[in-house]
Amino acid sequence: MAKVPVQFTLNGAEKAEFIDSGTTLLNALRDKIGDTSPKGGCHQGTCGACSVIIDGELRLSCLTLAETCNGAAITTTSGLSEGGVLHPLQRAFLDAFATQCGFCTPGMIMAAKVLLDHTPSPSREDVVEALSGNICRCTGYEPIIQAVLTAARSNSQHAA
Amino acid sequence: MALALQTFSTVKDANAALKAAGTRYLGGGTLVVRAVNEGDVSVSGFVRSTEPSLSAIAVSGGKVRIGASVTMAAIARHPDLAPLARAARAVGGPAIRNMATVGGNLFAPAPYGDFTVALLALDATVSSDSGELPIETFLATRESNHAIVTAVGFSLPVEGGFRFLKVSRVKPKGVSVLSVATVLEQAPDGTVSSARIALGCMADRPMRARAAEKALAGRTLTSDGIAPALAVASDGTSPATDPIASAWYRTQVLPVHLGRLLLG
Repeated sequence: MAKVPVQFTLNGAEKAEFIDSGTTLLNALRDKIGDTSPKGGCHQGTCGACSVIIDGELRLSCLTLAETCNGAAITTTSGLSEGGVLHPLQRAFLDAFATQCGFCTPGMIMAAKVLLDHTPSPSREDVVEALSGNICRCTGYEPIIQAVLTAARSNSQHAA
Repeated sequence: MALALQTFSTVKDANAALKAAGTRYLGGGTLVVRAVNEGDVSVSGFVRSTEPSLSAIAVSGGKVRIGASVTMAAIARHPDLAPLARAARAVGGPAIRNMATVGGNLFAPAPYGDFTVALLALDATVSSDSGELPIETFLATRESNHAIVTAVGFSLPVEGGFRFLKVSRVKPKGVSVLSVATVLEQAPDGTVSSARIALGCMADRPMRARAAEKALAGRTLTSDGIAPALAVASDGTSPATDPIASAWYRTQVLPVHLGRLLLG
Protein backbone atom coordinates (compact mmCIF):
# COMPACT_ATOMS: atom_id res chain seq x y z
CA MET A 1 0.00 0.00 0.00
CA ALA A 2 1.34 3.41 -0.95
CA LYS A 3 2.51 5.57 1.92
CA VAL A 4 1.00 8.99 2.44
CA PRO A 5 2.73 12.03 3.94
CA VAL A 6 1.56 13.60 7.19
CA GLN A 7 2.87 16.82 8.62
CA PHE A 8 1.92 18.52 11.88
CA THR A 9 3.48 20.14 14.88
CA LEU A 10 3.85 17.94 17.93
CA ASN A 11 4.44 19.86 21.14
CA GLY A 12 5.73 22.78 19.10
CA ALA A 13 8.14 20.79 16.90
CA GLU A 14 7.52 20.17 13.20
CA LYS A 15 6.97 16.51 12.39
CA ALA A 16 6.70 14.91 8.96
CA GLU A 17 6.32 11.20 8.29
CA PHE A 18 5.20 8.79 5.62
CA ILE A 19 2.53 6.49 6.98
CA ASP A 20 0.13 3.84 5.70
CA SER A 21 -3.12 5.52 4.71
CA GLY A 22 -5.72 5.00 7.43
CA THR A 23 -3.21 4.82 10.30
CA THR A 24 -4.65 6.19 13.51
CA LEU A 25 -2.96 9.19 15.10
CA LEU A 26 -2.28 7.03 18.16
CA ASN A 27 -0.31 4.50 16.13
CA ALA A 28 1.47 7.23 14.17
CA LEU A 29 2.54 9.00 17.36
CA ARG A 30 3.63 5.86 19.18
CA ASP A 31 5.08 3.69 16.42
CA LYS A 32 6.38 6.20 13.87
CA ILE A 33 7.22 9.33 15.82
CA GLY A 34 8.11 7.69 19.11
CA ASP A 35 5.88 9.68 21.47
CA THR A 36 4.52 6.94 23.70
CA SER A 37 2.75 9.23 26.15
CA PRO A 38 -0.73 8.63 24.62
CA LYS A 39 -1.76 5.11 25.62
CA GLY A 40 -3.80 2.60 23.66
CA GLY A 41 -6.40 1.34 26.13
CA CYS A 42 -9.68 0.32 24.57
CA HIS A 43 -9.31 1.61 20.98
CA GLN A 44 -13.07 2.20 21.14
CA GLY A 45 -13.30 5.75 22.43
CA THR A 46 -14.36 4.59 25.87
CA CYS A 47 -11.32 4.90 28.15
CA GLY A 48 -9.70 8.23 27.22
CA ALA A 49 -6.13 6.96 27.73
CA CYS A 50 -5.19 8.06 24.19
CA SER A 51 -6.48 11.64 24.66
CA VAL A 52 -4.41 14.36 22.98
CA ILE A 53 -5.06 18.04 22.28
CA ILE A 54 -5.51 18.89 18.60
CA ASP A 55 -5.75 22.61 17.79
CA GLY A 56 -6.87 23.32 21.34
CA GLU A 57 -9.55 20.60 21.49
CA LEU A 58 -9.43 17.32 23.35
CA ARG A 59 -9.56 14.38 20.93
CA LEU A 60 -9.15 10.65 21.06
CA SER A 61 -6.09 9.71 19.03
CA CYS A 62 -7.21 6.06 18.70
CA LEU A 63 -10.25 7.15 16.64
CA THR A 64 -8.54 9.96 14.72
CA LEU A 65 -6.81 9.16 11.45
CA ALA A 66 -3.35 10.76 11.29
CA GLU A 67 -3.96 12.06 7.76
CA THR A 68 -6.82 14.23 9.01
CA CYS A 69 -4.35 16.09 11.25
CA ASN A 70 -2.24 17.59 8.46
CA GLY A 71 -1.27 21.11 9.46
CA ALA A 72 -2.63 20.71 12.99
CA ALA A 73 -0.96 21.59 16.30
CA ILE A 74 -0.92 18.52 18.52
CA THR A 75 -0.10 18.52 22.21
CA THR A 76 0.65 15.41 24.24
CA THR A 77 1.62 14.97 27.86
CA SER A 78 5.25 14.40 26.89
CA GLY A 79 5.41 18.02 25.75
CA LEU A 80 4.26 19.63 29.00
CA SER A 81 7.42 19.82 31.07
CA GLU A 82 9.83 22.64 30.30
CA GLY A 83 13.57 22.32 30.84
CA GLY A 84 13.08 19.36 33.14
CA VAL A 85 10.54 21.21 35.27
CA LEU A 86 7.19 19.46 35.49
CA HIS A 87 3.98 21.22 34.44
CA PRO A 88 1.84 22.23 37.45
CA LEU A 89 -0.64 19.46 36.54
CA GLN A 90 2.09 16.84 36.50
CA ARG A 91 3.46 18.14 39.81
CA ALA A 92 -0.03 18.10 41.36
CA PHE A 93 -0.71 14.55 40.16
CA LEU A 94 2.53 13.39 41.80
CA ASP A 95 1.93 15.28 45.04
CA ALA A 96 -1.70 14.13 45.36
CA PHE A 97 -0.93 10.45 44.58
CA ALA A 98 -3.30 10.86 41.66
CA THR A 99 -1.41 8.25 39.68
CA GLN A 100 -1.07 4.60 40.60
CA CYS A 101 -0.47 2.29 37.65
CA GLY A 102 -0.14 5.43 35.52
CA PHE A 103 -1.82 4.14 32.38
CA CYS A 104 -4.69 6.64 32.44
CA THR A 105 -2.53 9.53 33.65
CA PRO A 106 -1.44 11.09 30.32
CA GLY A 107 -5.06 11.12 29.11
CA MET A 108 -6.28 12.54 32.41
CA ILE A 109 -3.65 15.29 32.25
CA MET A 110 -4.63 16.18 28.68
CA ALA A 111 -8.31 16.42 29.65
CA ALA A 112 -7.39 18.50 32.69
CA LYS A 113 -5.12 20.78 30.66
CA VAL A 114 -7.89 21.63 28.20
CA LEU A 115 -10.16 22.41 31.14
CA LEU A 116 -7.64 24.72 32.82
CA ASP A 117 -6.76 26.40 29.51
CA HIS A 118 -10.40 27.48 29.15
CA THR A 119 -11.50 27.59 32.79
CA PRO A 120 -8.56 28.61 35.01
CA SER A 121 -10.60 28.39 38.23
CA PRO A 122 -12.88 25.40 37.75
CA SER A 123 -15.42 24.13 40.25
CA ARG A 124 -15.33 20.52 41.37
CA GLU A 125 -18.26 19.84 39.02
CA ASP A 126 -16.30 21.35 36.14
CA VAL A 127 -13.42 18.97 36.88
CA VAL A 128 -15.68 15.92 37.13
CA GLU A 129 -17.32 16.85 33.83
CA ALA A 130 -13.97 17.48 32.12
CA LEU A 131 -12.62 14.09 33.22
CA SER A 132 -15.85 12.22 32.49
CA GLY A 133 -14.48 10.64 29.33
CA ASN A 134 -11.41 9.24 31.07
CA ILE A 135 -11.49 5.99 33.00
CA CYS A 136 -9.18 5.19 35.94
CA ARG A 137 -9.37 1.75 37.53
CA CYS A 138 -6.91 2.45 40.35
CA THR A 139 -7.50 5.66 42.22
CA GLY A 140 -11.26 5.96 42.61
CA TYR A 141 -10.89 9.39 40.94
CA GLU A 142 -10.89 11.49 44.10
CA PRO A 143 -7.09 12.08 44.17
CA ILE A 144 -7.23 13.01 40.47
CA ILE A 145 -10.01 15.54 41.04
CA GLN A 146 -8.07 17.00 43.96
CA ALA A 147 -4.87 17.18 41.87
CA VAL A 148 -6.60 19.16 39.12
CA LEU A 149 -8.12 21.56 41.67
CA THR A 150 -4.69 21.95 43.31
CA ALA A 151 -3.04 22.66 39.95
CA ALA A 152 -5.69 25.28 39.21
CA ARG A 153 -5.00 26.97 42.56
CA SER A 154 -1.25 26.91 42.00
CA ASN A 155 -1.74 28.38 38.52
CA SER A 156 -3.82 31.24 39.90
CA GLN A 157 -1.16 31.90 42.56
CA HIS A 158 1.48 32.13 39.86
CA ALA A 159 -0.72 34.48 37.88
CA ALA A 160 -1.39 36.73 40.90
CA MET B 1 -4.11 -3.36 8.91
CA ALA B 2 -4.45 0.22 7.86
CA LEU B 3 -7.29 1.15 5.53
CA ALA B 4 -6.86 3.79 2.86
CA LEU B 5 -8.62 7.12 3.38
CA GLN B 6 -9.84 9.04 0.33
CA THR B 7 -10.63 12.73 0.87
CA PHE B 8 -12.80 14.67 -1.59
CA SER B 9 -13.56 18.38 -1.69
CA THR B 10 -17.17 17.76 -2.77
CA VAL B 11 -19.92 15.50 -1.46
CA LYS B 12 -20.69 14.50 -5.04
CA ASP B 13 -17.24 12.97 -5.57
CA ALA B 14 -17.33 11.32 -2.16
CA ASN B 15 -20.71 9.78 -2.99
CA ALA B 16 -19.23 8.36 -6.17
CA ALA B 17 -16.27 6.86 -4.28
CA LEU B 18 -18.65 5.28 -1.74
CA LYS B 19 -20.08 3.08 -4.47
CA ALA B 20 -16.98 0.86 -4.12
CA ALA B 21 -17.70 -2.19 -1.98
CA GLY B 22 -16.48 -2.02 1.61
CA THR B 23 -16.03 1.75 1.75
CA ARG B 24 -17.54 3.65 4.67
CA TYR B 25 -18.00 7.37 5.15
CA LEU B 26 -15.74 8.82 7.83
CA GLY B 27 -17.28 11.56 9.95
CA GLY B 28 -15.82 12.01 13.42
CA GLY B 29 -14.55 8.45 13.50
CA THR B 30 -16.31 7.53 16.74
CA LEU B 31 -18.39 4.83 15.05
CA VAL B 32 -16.49 3.82 11.91
CA VAL B 33 -12.89 3.88 13.18
CA ARG B 34 -14.14 2.21 16.34
CA ALA B 35 -15.68 -0.57 14.24
CA VAL B 36 -12.42 -1.05 12.35
CA ASN B 37 -10.41 -1.06 15.60
CA GLU B 38 -12.76 -3.76 16.87
CA GLY B 39 -11.99 -5.88 13.83
CA ASP B 40 -14.90 -5.17 11.50
CA VAL B 41 -13.46 -6.72 8.35
CA SER B 42 -16.39 -5.57 6.22
CA VAL B 43 -14.73 -2.12 6.06
CA SER B 44 -12.01 -1.89 3.44
CA GLY B 45 -11.60 1.87 3.06
CA PHE B 46 -12.67 5.28 4.37
CA VAL B 47 -14.16 8.11 2.33
CA ARG B 48 -14.70 11.64 3.57
CA SER B 49 -15.59 15.04 2.18
CA THR B 50 -14.28 18.41 3.32
CA GLU B 51 -17.06 20.43 1.65
CA PRO B 52 -17.48 23.51 3.90
CA SER B 53 -21.30 23.36 3.97
CA LEU B 54 -21.03 20.09 5.91
CA SER B 55 -19.58 22.01 8.85
CA ALA B 56 -21.97 24.98 8.81
CA ILE B 57 -24.75 25.87 11.22
CA ALA B 58 -27.39 28.25 9.87
CA VAL B 59 -30.20 29.66 11.99
CA SER B 60 -32.66 32.08 10.46
CA GLY B 61 -36.34 32.82 10.91
CA GLY B 62 -36.70 30.01 13.43
CA LYS B 63 -35.36 27.47 10.95
CA VAL B 64 -32.17 25.58 11.70
CA ARG B 65 -29.85 23.78 9.32
CA ILE B 66 -26.97 21.84 10.83
CA GLY B 67 -24.34 20.40 8.49
CA ALA B 68 -23.71 16.70 8.96
CA SER B 69 -20.07 17.21 10.03
CA VAL B 70 -21.00 19.61 12.84
CA THR B 71 -19.87 18.16 16.16
CA MET B 72 -21.85 17.77 19.37
CA ALA B 73 -19.48 20.28 21.02
CA ALA B 74 -20.23 22.88 18.33
CA ILE B 75 -23.98 22.45 18.87
CA ALA B 76 -23.63 22.58 22.65
CA ARG B 77 -21.83 25.95 22.53
CA HIS B 78 -23.87 27.60 19.74
CA PRO B 79 -25.89 30.46 21.28
CA ASP B 80 -28.88 30.01 18.96
CA LEU B 81 -29.12 26.30 19.70
CA ALA B 82 -29.27 26.64 23.49
CA PRO B 83 -32.45 24.50 23.78
CA LEU B 84 -30.52 21.61 22.21
CA ALA B 85 -27.38 21.99 24.31
CA ARG B 86 -28.57 19.49 26.89
CA ALA B 87 -29.11 16.83 24.24
CA ALA B 88 -25.74 17.54 22.58
CA ARG B 89 -23.97 17.34 25.93
CA ALA B 90 -25.64 13.98 26.61
CA VAL B 91 -23.38 12.40 24.01
CA GLY B 92 -20.11 10.90 25.27
CA GLY B 93 -17.42 12.74 27.20
CA PRO B 94 -15.69 15.97 26.15
CA ALA B 95 -13.33 14.30 23.63
CA ILE B 96 -16.15 12.33 21.98
CA ARG B 97 -18.25 15.51 21.72
CA ASN B 98 -15.36 17.25 19.94
CA MET B 99 -15.38 14.47 17.34
CA ALA B 100 -18.87 12.94 17.09
CA THR B 101 -20.99 14.49 14.35
CA VAL B 102 -24.69 15.02 13.81
CA GLY B 103 -24.54 12.88 10.67
CA GLY B 104 -22.88 10.02 12.51
CA ASN B 105 -25.33 10.16 15.37
CA LEU B 106 -28.15 9.40 12.92
CA PHE B 107 -26.53 6.01 12.32
CA ALA B 108 -25.57 5.19 15.91
CA PRO B 109 -27.20 1.95 17.07
CA ALA B 110 -28.83 1.73 20.51
CA PRO B 111 -27.72 2.32 23.24
CA TYR B 112 -26.06 5.25 21.41
CA GLY B 113 -27.65 7.98 19.29
CA ASP B 114 -29.09 10.18 22.05
CA PHE B 115 -28.98 13.33 19.91
CA THR B 116 -31.02 11.65 17.20
CA VAL B 117 -33.76 11.15 19.79
CA ALA B 118 -33.89 14.93 20.10
CA LEU B 119 -33.95 15.33 16.30
CA LEU B 120 -36.81 12.83 16.07
CA ALA B 121 -38.88 14.77 18.59
CA LEU B 122 -38.13 17.93 16.60
CA ASP B 123 -39.46 16.16 13.49
CA ALA B 124 -36.26 17.03 11.63
CA THR B 125 -35.57 16.42 7.98
CA VAL B 126 -32.44 14.63 6.80
CA SER B 127 -30.80 15.92 3.61
CA SER B 128 -28.52 14.22 1.14
CA ASP B 129 -27.70 14.75 -2.54
CA SER B 130 -30.68 12.49 -3.31
CA GLY B 131 -33.09 14.84 -1.56
CA GLU B 132 -34.73 15.37 1.79
CA LEU B 133 -36.39 12.74 3.97
CA PRO B 134 -38.46 13.02 7.14
CA ILE B 135 -36.25 11.71 9.94
CA GLU B 136 -38.64 8.89 10.76
CA THR B 137 -38.47 7.57 7.19
CA PHE B 138 -34.71 8.04 7.17
CA LEU B 139 -34.26 6.08 10.40
CA ALA B 140 -36.45 3.23 9.17
CA THR B 141 -34.29 2.78 6.09
CA ARG B 142 -30.89 3.98 7.27
CA GLU B 143 -29.06 0.72 6.52
CA SER B 144 -30.02 0.91 2.85
CA ASN B 145 -29.27 4.62 2.57
CA HIS B 146 -26.04 4.99 0.63
CA ALA B 147 -26.05 8.74 -0.06
CA ILE B 148 -23.96 10.83 2.33
CA VAL B 149 -26.12 12.76 4.77
CA THR B 150 -25.32 16.44 4.25
CA ALA B 151 -27.49 18.18 6.85
CA VAL B 152 -30.41 18.03 9.22
CA GLY B 153 -33.05 20.72 9.37
CA PHE B 154 -35.82 21.57 11.83
CA SER B 155 -37.82 24.44 13.27
CA LEU B 156 -36.65 25.80 16.59
CA PRO B 157 -39.18 24.86 19.27
CA VAL B 158 -40.99 27.60 21.16
CA GLU B 159 -39.42 28.69 24.44
CA GLY B 160 -39.62 25.77 26.86
CA GLY B 161 -41.36 23.59 24.28
CA PHE B 162 -38.49 21.13 23.94
CA ARG B 163 -37.50 18.81 26.75
CA PHE B 164 -34.80 16.16 26.86
CA LEU B 165 -33.77 13.57 29.40
CA LYS B 166 -31.05 10.95 29.29
CA VAL B 167 -30.99 8.29 31.98
CA SER B 168 -27.64 6.67 32.68
CA ARG B 169 -26.19 4.87 35.67
CA VAL B 170 -22.76 6.55 35.60
CA LYS B 171 -22.75 10.30 36.19
CA PRO B 172 -22.04 12.61 34.49
CA LYS B 173 -21.13 10.48 31.49
CA GLY B 174 -22.66 7.09 30.96
CA VAL B 175 -24.29 5.02 28.27
CA SER B 176 -28.07 5.39 28.09
CA VAL B 177 -30.51 3.23 29.95
CA LEU B 178 -32.92 5.25 27.84
CA SER B 179 -33.44 8.78 26.63
CA VAL B 180 -36.62 10.76 26.03
CA ALA B 181 -37.23 13.95 24.07
CA THR B 182 -40.53 15.79 23.80
CA VAL B 183 -41.82 18.74 21.82
CA LEU B 184 -45.07 19.94 23.34
CA GLU B 185 -47.42 22.72 22.35
CA GLN B 186 -50.00 23.88 24.84
CA ALA B 187 -53.25 25.76 24.33
CA PRO B 188 -53.88 28.92 26.38
CA ASP B 189 -55.83 26.82 28.92
CA GLY B 190 -52.72 24.67 29.50
CA THR B 191 -53.96 21.58 27.73
CA VAL B 192 -51.61 19.85 25.32
CA SER B 193 -52.52 20.76 21.75
CA SER B 194 -49.77 18.72 20.11
CA ALA B 195 -47.13 16.36 21.37
CA ARG B 196 -44.21 14.58 19.84
CA ILE B 197 -42.43 12.10 22.10
CA ALA B 198 -39.25 10.35 20.97
CA LEU B 199 -37.62 7.47 22.81
CA GLY B 200 -34.02 6.23 22.70
CA CYS B 201 -32.94 2.69 23.64
CA MET B 202 -36.54 1.46 23.52
CA ALA B 203 -35.91 -0.21 20.14
CA ASP B 204 -32.85 -0.77 17.95
CA ARG B 205 -33.12 2.87 16.88
CA PRO B 206 -34.92 5.99 18.15
CA MET B 207 -38.72 5.71 17.89
CA ARG B 208 -41.83 7.81 18.43
CA ALA B 209 -44.18 6.94 21.30
CA ARG B 210 -47.33 7.37 19.19
CA ALA B 211 -49.77 5.93 21.72
CA ALA B 212 -48.49 8.22 24.46
CA GLU B 213 -48.63 11.23 22.11
CA LYS B 214 -52.25 10.48 21.30
CA ALA B 215 -53.15 9.93 24.95
CA LEU B 216 -51.59 13.26 25.90
CA ALA B 217 -53.62 15.34 23.45
CA GLY B 218 -56.10 17.60 25.21
CA ARG B 219 -54.74 16.71 28.65
CA THR B 220 -53.04 18.97 31.18
CA LEU B 221 -49.49 18.42 32.40
CA THR B 222 -50.51 17.18 35.84
CA SER B 223 -50.09 13.78 37.47
CA ASP B 224 -53.69 12.88 36.61
CA GLY B 225 -53.50 14.49 33.20
CA ILE B 226 -50.49 12.51 32.00
CA ALA B 227 -51.51 9.18 33.58
CA PRO B 228 -53.16 7.80 30.41
CA ALA B 229 -50.05 8.68 28.37
CA LEU B 230 -47.74 6.99 30.86
CA ALA B 231 -49.94 3.88 30.83
CA VAL B 232 -49.28 3.41 27.11
CA ALA B 233 -45.70 4.80 27.01
CA SER B 234 -44.21 1.36 26.34
CA ASP B 235 -46.61 0.47 23.53
CA GLY B 236 -44.71 -0.73 20.49
CA THR B 237 -41.32 -0.67 22.19
CA SER B 238 -38.84 -3.53 21.88
CA PRO B 239 -35.82 -2.53 23.95
CA ALA B 240 -32.63 -4.56 23.97
CA THR B 241 -31.13 -6.34 26.92
CA ASP B 242 -27.52 -5.20 27.13
CA PRO B 243 -24.90 -4.67 29.86
CA ILE B 244 -26.53 -1.33 30.75
CA ALA B 245 -30.05 -2.59 31.43
CA SER B 246 -32.42 -5.44 30.67
CA ALA B 247 -35.34 -4.99 28.34
CA TRP B 248 -37.67 -5.56 31.29
CA TYR B 249 -35.99 -2.81 33.31
CA ARG B 250 -36.15 -0.32 30.47
CA THR B 251 -39.84 -1.03 29.98
CA GLN B 252 -40.53 -0.66 33.70
CA VAL B 253 -38.73 2.66 34.19
CA LEU B 254 -39.78 4.36 30.95
CA PRO B 255 -43.12 5.67 32.34
CA VAL B 256 -41.37 6.94 35.47
CA HIS B 257 -38.85 9.00 33.49
CA LEU B 258 -41.35 10.15 30.90
CA GLY B 259 -43.56 11.31 33.76
CA ARG B 260 -40.73 13.26 35.35
CA LEU B 261 -39.92 14.91 32.04
CA LEU B 262 -43.55 15.89 31.39
CA LEU B 263 -44.06 17.25 34.90
CA GLY B 264 -40.60 18.83 35.22
